[in-house]
Amino acid sequence: MIYPRTTFIIVLLFFIISFTFACGGDNSSDRPSGQADSPEATLSEFELEHGIGPVTERIELSVEFDPDLVEKGRNIYEMKCEMCHNMEGRMVGPALGDIMERRSAEFVMNFILNPSGMVREHPVGQELLREYMTAMPFQNVQKDEARAIVEFLREYNELN
Amino acid sequence: MTNNRSKSLRGLLLAAGFIAMAAFIFTGCPSQQRMLDTGDAAQKVYVAPGEHDEYYGFFSGGYSGQLSVWGLPSTRLLRVIPVFSQDPETAYGYSEETKPLFETSYGFIPWDDSHHPHISQTNGNADGRWIFINANNTPRIARIDLATFDTKEILEIPNTGGNHASSFVTSNTEYVIGGTRFSIPYEEDLDVPIDSYSQEFRGALTFVAVDEETGRMDLDFQVVVPPYNYDLGRAGKGPSADWVFFTTYNTEEAHTMLEVNASRADKDFIAAINWRKAAQLVRDGHGSTMPGEYYHNYYIGKQGYAINDIKNGVTVLDTREIDEDFIYYLPTPKSPHGVDIDPTGEYIVGGGKLATVIPVHSFSRMLEAIENGDIIDRIDGIPVLDYDSTIIGEVENPGLGPLHTEFDGQGYAYTSVYISSEIVKWSLETFEVVDRIDAYYSIGHLLITAGDNVNPEPRYMIGLTKTAKDRYLPTGPKQNHPAQLYDISGGRMQLLKDFPTIGEPHYAQAIRADKIVDRVAQIYEMEENDHPHAIRRIVDNRIEREGNVVRIFMGSTRSHFRPDNIEGIRVGDTVYVHLTNFEQEWDVVHGIAIKGANNSEILVAPGQTKTMKWEPTRTGIYPFYCTAFCSALHQEMQGYIRVSAADSDVPLTWRTGTN
Repeated sequence: MIYPRTTFIIVLLFFIISFTFACGGDNSSDRPSGQADSPEATLSEFELEHGIGPVTERIELSVEFDPDLVEKGRNIYEMKCEMCHNMEGRMVGPALGDIMERRSAEFVMNFILNPSGMVREHPVGQELLREYMTAMPFQNVQKDEARAIVEFLREYNELN
Repeated sequence: MTNNRSKSLRGLLLAAGFIAMAAFIFTGCPSQQRMLDTGDAAQKVYVAPGEHDEYYGFFSGGYSGQLSVWGLPSTRLLRVIPVFSQDPETAYGYSEETKPLFETSYGFIPWDDSHHPHISQTNGNADGRWIFINANNTPRIARIDLATFDTKEILEIPNTGGNHASSFVTSNTEYVIGGTRFSIPYEEDLDVPIDSYSQEFRGALTFVAVDEETGRMDLDFQVVVPPYNYDLGRAGKGPSADWVFFTTYNTEEAHTMLEVNASRADKDFIAAINWRKAAQLVRDGHGSTMPGEYYHNYYIGKQGYAINDIKNGVTVLDTREIDEDFIYYLPTPKSPHGVDIDPTGEYIVGGGKLATVIPVHSFSRMLEAIENGDIIDRIDGIPVLDYDSTIIGEVENPGLGPLHTEFDGQGYAYTSVYISSEIVKWSLETFEVVDRIDAYYSIGHLLITAGDNVNPEPRYMIGLTKTAKDRYLPTGPKQNHPAQLYDISGGRMQLLKDFPTIGEPHYAQAIRADKIVDRVAQIYEMEENDHPHAIRRIVDNRIEREGNVVRIFMGSTRSHFRPDNIEGIRVGDTVYVHLTNFEQEWDVVHGIAIKGANNSEILVAPGQTKTMKWEPTRTGIYPFYCTAFCSALHQEMQGYIRVSAADSDVPLTWRTGTN
């Protein structure tokens, strides 16, 4: 044989060893957490109450609703949310008619903007996934659009 | 007696020797393949799970009609883009949005033979915006958008038989070219005896303009030329960027048994055309209009659906009628096949299929010959230049049947050689062969990474071969065509890998992945969905009846359809299911299939709308379901359609979510 089997095995071993060391560290973060550490222990107080995602501080909400923002939020809601959510009663996901009473604006925005992170790392997200057995998808909603959805949901909550 | 026995022994030995030699020639000897040490070769092609390849390879599917996309050097198959053949997997050619792409002046054609993919170029280098590919049989050119990897446009080429010398682009994608392999009567649908060949038949060389912004093609003009077979073409680059070159064979004008009758002449021609001058002649009104119906099929709208734009008439420049010279014939040995231009734009390399040498013309010498009037003949007004005044070198001993050449940008050319099944590397300085390596088996085209660009990248070479024989586990009398990956980064060519492909990988191109990846779309944005039958709010899901035409406006998300309970469809109805995928997440696809539908499933990308046509012929309850495994509750993603008799008065109703 021109190519000795031992050489091949050594090369193979080299690959296996180097990849074990090179990539071993990163992978754990992709797995659902909660087995080893409880998420409560690693999340900040803000994150526990307002969710994990791009919204990292409280936002200002006016007392009066902004009608343009409400309209913008309604359009996005009808296009990207209503497939799975009713205002009253459970559907694929939970009812949203009273969501603004139950959750903060920042929490709702973070759930819209970072749904996979929320169900993976946040205790409320994990509980919702267990209950509904469907992870909410990211619907390509930008931060200002999530803010508009919040405005629409706030107004709905107020009027109904 | 003794004498006789020794004679028969000698015969036997001779026969055995001959068989052994033939076996060697046709099958090679695996133990003597020149490849890197197995470990080194494995390392060079190993791309770890989750890691990306360095190059995209685009391989034509040949008689599959498609275009396959590979990662190089791993040779992982990334995708098969359907182009000229219907593809039930993706509903390409079955959905209402894509069916118009298949229309031609001959009607709906479900198949073609795709040969030469060519990536759009800027300044002579592949830019990764679009890739063009030709249809050989019913002449067409397709454009694939490399943001979505979808076929967006197919243009029929009139007055042409066998669009083989296609679809090569000029240095800045000003034009994509076409050429008639079979000369045919130029006048549309002319019914004449075949032996009127020399009188009635003509060749056509086609110049399709490409819109700089959108890539949209437009048949600008054709050049009418003598009735030879125009085989392959390439655009010049650098100093020769205003020129394109076509090979010809059958200058004998044979129309039967070409194998023999078209192989008689010592020299055929390479046709050199100054396309910029030709275009100017057209602009200046030197062209005439010939009738010729052709279909131009292209997507409109943001996410797109195809329409048919039926055209008639093409502007032609007939060399017999135009005094100005813009095309020249360069005599070239023995039925040249490929014509390839080196990175500097100076050398025009002919693949002298039946020649014993590889002839190399010089572009600058060609210009001098034109300047000096070194013209030995005129054929239908076309000046024939003197061979000795344009030729700069002949590569000796290139093997039997040299076909195609690509370049490494470091002074070397690599030519595929069909009959002796090998690749020869030769110097552009000395025109001498410096290395050769076997191909498995019978190589056609070859590619080098960016090997036809102004700046080739001397990394990898792929040989595209025609028969697999014993290379892999056998799969019956007809096997997939192979390709071989070689390392050319060192001094000598080294075989790295041998892998089966789809269809016939006729020609292929490779482009550095970073020229494409940032442009690749992940979703169709719902806000931009301008499909006339899209629904943009799920509350708009509905059914409309107009006579026997029923339109179902349906939405899908993980893991349901709306509506999913439908009644009031009747036998005799033509039903259009317009399915909008409401997902906005990368790679989350939904499909739909209906029991008994004489059609394929349809697959709908995130944010897209696609339409299935269904004509139910029997009453009953028809289940439908999502064909894409989309979620944990994919198996729940289903619905029912009730089909009643033609005269039934069951009202049209639809609902979702209430039992």
